Amino acid sequence: MIRVVLPAHLRTLARVDGEVTLDIEGPVTLRSVLDALEACYPMLRGTIRDHVTHQRRAFLRFFACEQDLSHEPPDTPLPDLVVSGAEPFLVVGAMAGG
Amino acid sequence: MSAVRVLVGTRKGAFVMTSDGKRERWDVSGPHFAGWEIYHLKGSPADPNRLYASQSSGWFGQIIQRSDDGGKTWHQPGTPAGEPTTTPEGMPKGESNKFVYDTSPETGKPLTTHQWYDGTPHPWEFKRVWHLEPSLTDPDTVYAGVEDAGLFRSTDGGQMWQELPGLRGHGSGRSWAPGAGGMCLHTIILDPSDPNRIFIAISAAGTFRTDDGGKTWRPINRGLHSLYIPNPTAEVGHCVHRIAMHRSRPGVLFMQKHWDVMRSDDAGESWREISGNLPSDFGFPIDVHPHEPDTIYVVPIKSDSEHYPPDGKLRVYRSRTGGNEWEPLTKGLPQQHCYVNVLRDAMAVDSLDRCGVYFGTTGGQVYASVDAGDSWTLIVRDLPSVVSVEVQTLP
Repeated sequence: MIRVVLPAHLRTLARVDGEVTLDIEGPVTLRSVLDALEACYPMLRGTIRDHVTHQRRAFLRFFACEQDLSHEPPDTPLPDLVVSGAEPFLVVGAMAGG
Repeated sequence: MSAVRVLVGTRKGAFVMTSDGKRERWDVSGPHFAGWEIYHLKGSPADPNRLYASQSSGWFGQIIQRSDDGGKTWHQPGTPAGEPTTTPEGMPKGESNKFVYDTSPETGKPLTTHQWYDGTPHPWEFKRVWHLEPSLTDPDTVYAGVEDAGLFRSTDGGQMWQELPGLRGHGSGRSWAPGAGGMCLHTIILDPSDPNRIFIAISAAGTFRTDDGGKTWRPINRGLHSLYIPNPTAEVGHCVHRIAMHRSRPGVLFMQKHWDVMRSDDAGESWREISGNLPSDFGFPIDVHPHEPDTIYVVPIKSDSEHYPPDGKLRVYRSRTGGNEWEPLTKGLPQQHCYVNVLRDAMAVDSLDRCGVYFGTTGGQVYASVDAGDSWTLIVRDLPSVVSVEVQTLP
C-alpha cells in the first residue's frame, strides 16, 4: 500500500481527507504512483502533470523520505520506505507568496 | 415574481448572489472553489440551472466545474471518482480540463508560434479558460475562450473539449501578441439570428467572425486605429478589450478597445469611433441595455498604465444615443479616493423591466443599479478582487 499526501486544493478536488492510499502492482515509481493516483481520482488528471506530455506542472514538487524527487526520471524507483508504506509520497505546491 | 442570480468570479473563489425582482435584499453564497482563480462563470440561456465555471490556478492548472441546480452544488463533468477512465472498448472517458490544441492532420492546424511581448516567436501554450459562453439553445453545448488564444467547444456538458482550429490557424496567428494580461480569447458572442455566426475578440489580435459555425474565420478590424502597434491600421494586432451586442440588432456591435470606444453597424465589417465626450476612452467592459439597443455603458479608466478611474471617481458612463454623447452615473458610487479597476468581464445587465446593471471591482465591491444606472448600491464589499460578473434573470 502506497501512501500519498496531496496539497489541500487537490484533496478538495478529489474529495478526500488526509492521505490517499493506493495499491500498485509491479514497480513503484513516480510514473506508476501518478498513474494509479489519476486512475482512482480522474479529477486530478492535468493538475499534477500535463495531460499529453506527462511533464510535472512547473509549480509542483515531489518528495519522499526527505529526498527531492521532482527532477528524477519518471521510472525512478521510489524509496523502499515508500513502497512498504512506512513513509508517504508527497506532492507539494512550490512555496510562493499570495 | 422574477428573480435574479448574479454570478461573480474572483481571484480567490466564486460567489452566487440571488434576489427577488426588487433586487433590494441579497443572499450571498460562497466562496465556491475557495482559493482558486475563477475567471468566469455563466449560466445557460436554455436552462438557467445549468452553470459553467472556469476554475484555475498557477499551481494546478485548469478545472471546469458545472452545476445543474443553479449553483447549489458543483461537480467536474467527466469521469466520476473511482470509475474506469476508459470505456469497455478502450476509449477514454471525459476529461473536462483537457484543453489540447488540435494539430491532427485531419481536422487541426499546425501549432506554430505567436509573437511574444518583444516580437520574438513564442510557442502556443494553453494556460487557462478566460470565458465560457453557453449555447443559446442547448445546455450541453458551451464554448470556451482560452489563453493562449484559441476557441474550444464542448457538446456534452463540458466533459470533453475540441478546439475550433480554423481560428488559430486562419493565417494571422503568427502575428498575434499577448496583452498585459496574456494572449487571451476573452469575448464570445453568439448571433441569436444566425447559429452559424460567432464573433470573438482576442487581446492583442482583434475581433474575428465566422459565418460557417466556426470552420473558417476572418479578422474584422477595419476602422480600428491603434498607435501602440507598428502599423496602427493593421488587419490584426489590436488590443480589443471587449465587444457587446444587443440581441435584437445583431449587426450592431460596440467595442471597448485598449484606447477608443468603437461601433460597427455592419457586423464588424467596419468600425467608427464613438468615444465622444468620455473623460478617458481607455477601459475594459462595455455592455448594452437589455431593452434599449442604443443605450450602452462603459467604465472609463485613466490610462493603460494607471488602471483606476480618472480623478479617483468611480463613474459609469452611459450613452443613450449609441455613442458619442455620454453622461456620468455617479449616484451611490465613490467620488473620491477610489483607485479600483473594473475588468472586461465584470459588468452585466439583467432583463427585468427596470433594467439592472451590475459590476464588480478589483477592490472586491459588487455594485447593482435597479434603475438602468441612475443610482447604485453595494450588493457586497470586500470580496477578493472581482474578475467577472454575470447575471441571470430567472422566471
